[in-house]
Order: sequence, then structure tokens, then C-alpha cells
Amino acid sequence: MSKLIQNEMLKLIAKKRLVVIAIIIGVLVALFTYAQYRQVQTQQEKLGTKDWRTILQKQIVDTTNRLSSTGMSDEWRRELQIMVKQEQYYLDHNINPNAPGAPTFVRVFLENSIGLFIPLMVMVIASDLVSSEYSLGTVKLLLTRPVKRWKILLSKYITLILAVSLIIAIAGALSYGISGFVFGFKGWGAPILTGFNVTKAGLNTANVKLLSLWEFLLMDFGLVWFVAVVVGTLSFMLSVLIRSTAAGMGIMLAALISGAILNNMVSSWNSAKYLFMVNLQLTDYLAGNPPPIQGMTLSFSITVLLFWWAAALFVSFFVFTKKDVY
Amino acid sequence: MEKKVTLAVKDLKKKIGKKEIIKGLTFELQEGEVFGFLGPNGAGKTTTIRMLVGLIKPTSGSIQICGLHIDEHFEEAMKNLGCIVENPELYPYLSGYNNLLHFTRMLDGVREKRIMEVAELVGLTDRIHDKVKTYSLGMRQRLGIAQALLGKPKILILDEPTNGLDPAGIREMRQFIRFLAEQEGLSVLVSSHLLSEIQLLCDRVAILLNGTIIRIDSVQQLLENREKMAWRMTPLEKGKHILRSLTKIEEIDDGTILTVFDEQKIAEWNKKLVDAGVSVCEMSRKMPVLEDLFLELTGGESRE
Repeated sequence: MSKLIQNEMLKLIAKKRLVVIAIIIGVLVALFTYAQYRQVQTQQEKLGTKDWRTILQKQIVDTTNRLSSTGMSDEWRRELQIMVKQEQYYLDHNINPNAPGAPTFVRVFLENSIGLFIPLMVMVIASDLVSSEYSLGTVKLLLTRPVKRWKILLSKYITLILAVSLIIAIAGALSYGISGFVFGFKGWGAPILTGFNVTKAGLNTANVKLLSLWEFLLMDFGLVWFVAVVVGTLSFMLSVLIRSTAAGMGIMLAALISGAILNNMVSSWNSAKYLFMVNLQLTDYLAGNPPPIQGMTLSFSITVLLFWWAAALFVSFFVFTKKDVY
Repeated sequence: MEKKVTLAVKDLKKKIGKKEIIKGLTFELQEGEVFGFLGPNGAGKTTTIRMLVGLIKPTSGSIQICGLHIDEHFEEAMKNLGCIVENPELYPYLSGYNNLLHFTRMLDGVREKRIMEVAELVGLTDRIHDKVKTYSLGMRQRLGIAQALLGKPKILILDEPTNGLDPAGIREMRQFIRFLAEQEGLSVLVSSHLLSEIQLLCDRVAILLNGTIIRIDSVQQLLENREKMAWRMTPLEKGKHILRSLTKIEEIDDGTILTVFDEQKIAEWNKKLVDAGVSVCEMSRKMPVLEDLFLELTGGESRE
């Protein structure tokens, strides 16, 4: 089996996909770093002070003012109320929610890329892992070796998991390295709150815990990895089912983007919570952002994703081992 | 002495949807012979080959490689088989060496040393470290064969091995296949839609039409009495008259006369013609055309 994985790695590296992905991540991180830098600058200019407490206070006042205006949708109002409460909590406990520094940047970067960006990168690798063998015709050589089909597919899947892990490591390293030059590399021990629970009654702070940023980041990375594996497995399944890499990518892309859009409009369509693409924002649960549909929790989302993962894996192996190759 | 059977196929059938594509094939391959699969496009050659190598599951029937059923002992059976199905599609972005390394890793007990051995066997040593996308079609074909030989198989299955090669490449390939069968004792199964190619390459041939084997025979037997001799003579009428008195003749539009090809008699006929003052401008041996052969073997039954 290790020889088969070596083979898959050989092909993956020869195709230079990982290099392309690393470059894309590098360029985007540089862009985000600059954007973040400008944001901090303008904020400081506007308020004429560098004190985050003043900024936070100002934000709370702003948000409260907006809350008093009429003609606002219920959803939006509830979100704003939660925001005010969180900000107030940070203020009361003397915690800077946006403490600049590379670790904070990494956290924000992960939170924003878990739903679309990281899955997209994973998809680039996963979607042609099997279908490219069909389009090249090499599948005929691969399947006529004295190796059972499920072993060949398993070696490909393990390679995918390794590649996913590598992509996330690259994303972490690049976002830390590049942003560190601008914001400094310190801030691992910064306190951060987690455990906000959004219920029907509003924000529930009963389970709120104080964590060091590195602990929080570890959890973030774990969740991002999990999401990436699930999305990778789904693309992998499409790659087995559809000969055309482009078609597989298109379907996955449509699903991911529809997820990003649905997140903002499904609050009253309850059964949508079983779709995998509205469950990808796992880090939002840690950060205490309200879920797209009321009643969704971290464990619910993980369960839904696990179900999709298992189904995709089953379909992939079932079809691959049975399929006639023409 | 009876030769060892390496590949045994019994009543092989494949249905796709409701249509039966392969309708019960039975044949055997022996050690050291080149066996031809001859048939027009769509006769079921490629489908059969794909079933033999495990790409397509047969609907019914059995395939035994060196006595092992491929559906029960797939791994063991496939160790004895090397193949190229249709074009030799290898990874264009890898070097020839890495392609072979890739397939070596999928064979238990084959060492990396073997890679250079097979590269030398097919004459690719100089270019083995270049990327496959820079190879010519002939080189790819040879690399494909090298790949098939890595595991020292007992059976080699080649689907249209001379497809797309130039005449020099075709001859080279033919010599190489004969060498493998005669010197290395491999059983080689070759498919083709060209009768001339099968005639030059194979010992025995199975003729496929619409998913059934209409005839299995040695190439010699099959072609015997089917080859024709073409004559061009002046004066034509006199020549025709003499030949007609000797054998059955056939006249084609352009004044060429066809008789049977009979090595013993040809010289004699020619002498008679010359003695009678007929100058013979051309005498050539004509291969039967595949279409004619089919027509003859099927008794004019129409093709689907």
C-alpha cells in the first residue's frame, strides 16, 4: 500500500498542483494582510486614537443607535443585539477582540476561508484525482495490474487526505509568516472567549470560557481540516462518478457557492440544515456567530458532515470497484 | 507434444442493457504462439480484450489465466499478464523511467533494476529520462510494451499494436512480437482489422464477427487456396485462352486476369505462356481482402 501511495504522490507532485495552490494562497494572504492593514489604519485615523477600548466603545454606541432605528428585519436586529452583547462582554473583561498580531490574523483568515476558499483549494486536487486517469486513459493500465481495485482507490484517498493536510499546513504557515511581517509575530497567548451560545432567547453566555489564542487556533485548525476532508471526499466521489474533471469541478463549485449564498437566506427554510454546504462554517460556532438556521449547533453540523462524508466514501468505493471501464 | 495452455476462455458473454455484444466465445492460447483476433470495427475485439484483462466484468463465462480464474484470483492471475489496451496511454507529465517505476511499484517482487532491462529490450535506453509528452507515437508504443513486460508475464495482450505506426515502425513491432513469442516463449494475443497484418504476424487466428467467432484456424490453413495470382499479358486474348485451358480464370476490368495461386504450377503456366509467344508483363500474388474472406466464411450473411 505504501508503494501505491508513493505512486500517487509522484503524480501529484509532477502535476505541480500543490505549488499552484501554495502560490494562490500566498498571493491572497498578502492581499488580505494589506486590506487588514488599511482597515486598522483608517479606523485609527477616524477615531484619532490607538486605544482599542475607545474603538470598541464607539462600535457599541454605533450599533445601539442602529438598533433603535425602525424598519429593520428581525434577523438583522437579533444579530446586532448579539454583537452588542459580545462587544460589551469583551469591554467589561478588558479583552481586545481584534488584538492585532499574526495569530489573530490567522484566526480571522481561517474563519473567513473555511466556507469557500479552503474547500476550493482542496477541490482543485480532489476533483481530478480519479477522473484524470479516465481522461488520460491511464486507468486501463492502472486497473490491469495485479492489484485489487479498492486498494488503488484507497491509495488515492489516503493521498488526498495527506494533500489536504498539507494545504492547510501551507495556509497556516503562509498566513502566519506573511501577516507576521506587518503585524508582528506575537500574540499567541492573547485571551479569547468562546462558548457563546445563540438560543431562541438570545445570547447565552453561561458556557463562555476564556481560552488562549493558540488553544483556540488549534480548534480552528481541527475544524478547518475536518471541513476540508469532507469537501475533499465529496469532490473525490464526483471524480469517480464523472469522467470529466471540468464537470466534476463545476458541480462542486456550484454546491460550494450555493452554500455561501444559502447561508444568508435559509433562516426560515428549516430542512436546509441537512445540506452539507450550509454546515461548513464550523468556526462560527466557536466564535459565537449565529448559525444560518436556528437550532443548529456544532455537534449537529459535525454529524451532518460526517453523514455526507460516509455516504460519499461508500459511493466512491462501491462504484469504482464495480464499474466497467470502456 | 501438446503445448501448455496459458489462457483459456470458455463461453464468454457480455450483455450491455438488453443487447448481447459478445455471444459466447471459446478459445485457448498456447505457449509461444501469436494468436490473432481478426474482425472489422465493432466486431467485439476490444470488448473481449477488456474482459480478458479485467476492465469489464463478463456477464457469464469463464476466463482462466495459467489455470487461475480471474474473478476469483484476480491478483495472482494478473501477475502472468501484460497488456496494452488500445493506445498506450501513459502519464505524459512523467518521464519514461518514472512511468515504468510507477508500474513496477504495482508489481510485487519486481525490482527497479528490471526497468532498465525492459528499456533496453525495447530500445528506449537513451530517452528513458525524458518526459513522455516529448516521445513520438512509436516510442510511446514501445514504452507501452516495456510496461507490459515489466512483470515477466506469460501472456501479452496487445490491442491493435501497429495502429498509427509508420511502415518501418510496423515492421519493427512485428519482428519484436515474433521475437517475444519464439525466443521468450510468450503467448501473444494481437487484435487487428487488417488481414495482411495478421497473416504476417500470427500463427493462429480467430475471426470475429458480431460478437461470435466464426472461425479459428491456423493462418496457413485459412489462407490456403484463397490467395490469387494476377496476370497482365499481351496479347491478352491469346494469354487468356491458354490460361483458361489450364485453370479457372477471372477477368477484372483493367484486363488483369486472376487465377488461383499455386506455387507448384505457376512456373509451369508461365513457361507455357512464354512458349506460346505471350509476353507476361506482370505476375503478382494477391492477398484475399478481409471483406471477401468474411463473405466467403459467412456465406454472404449480411453484417449488422
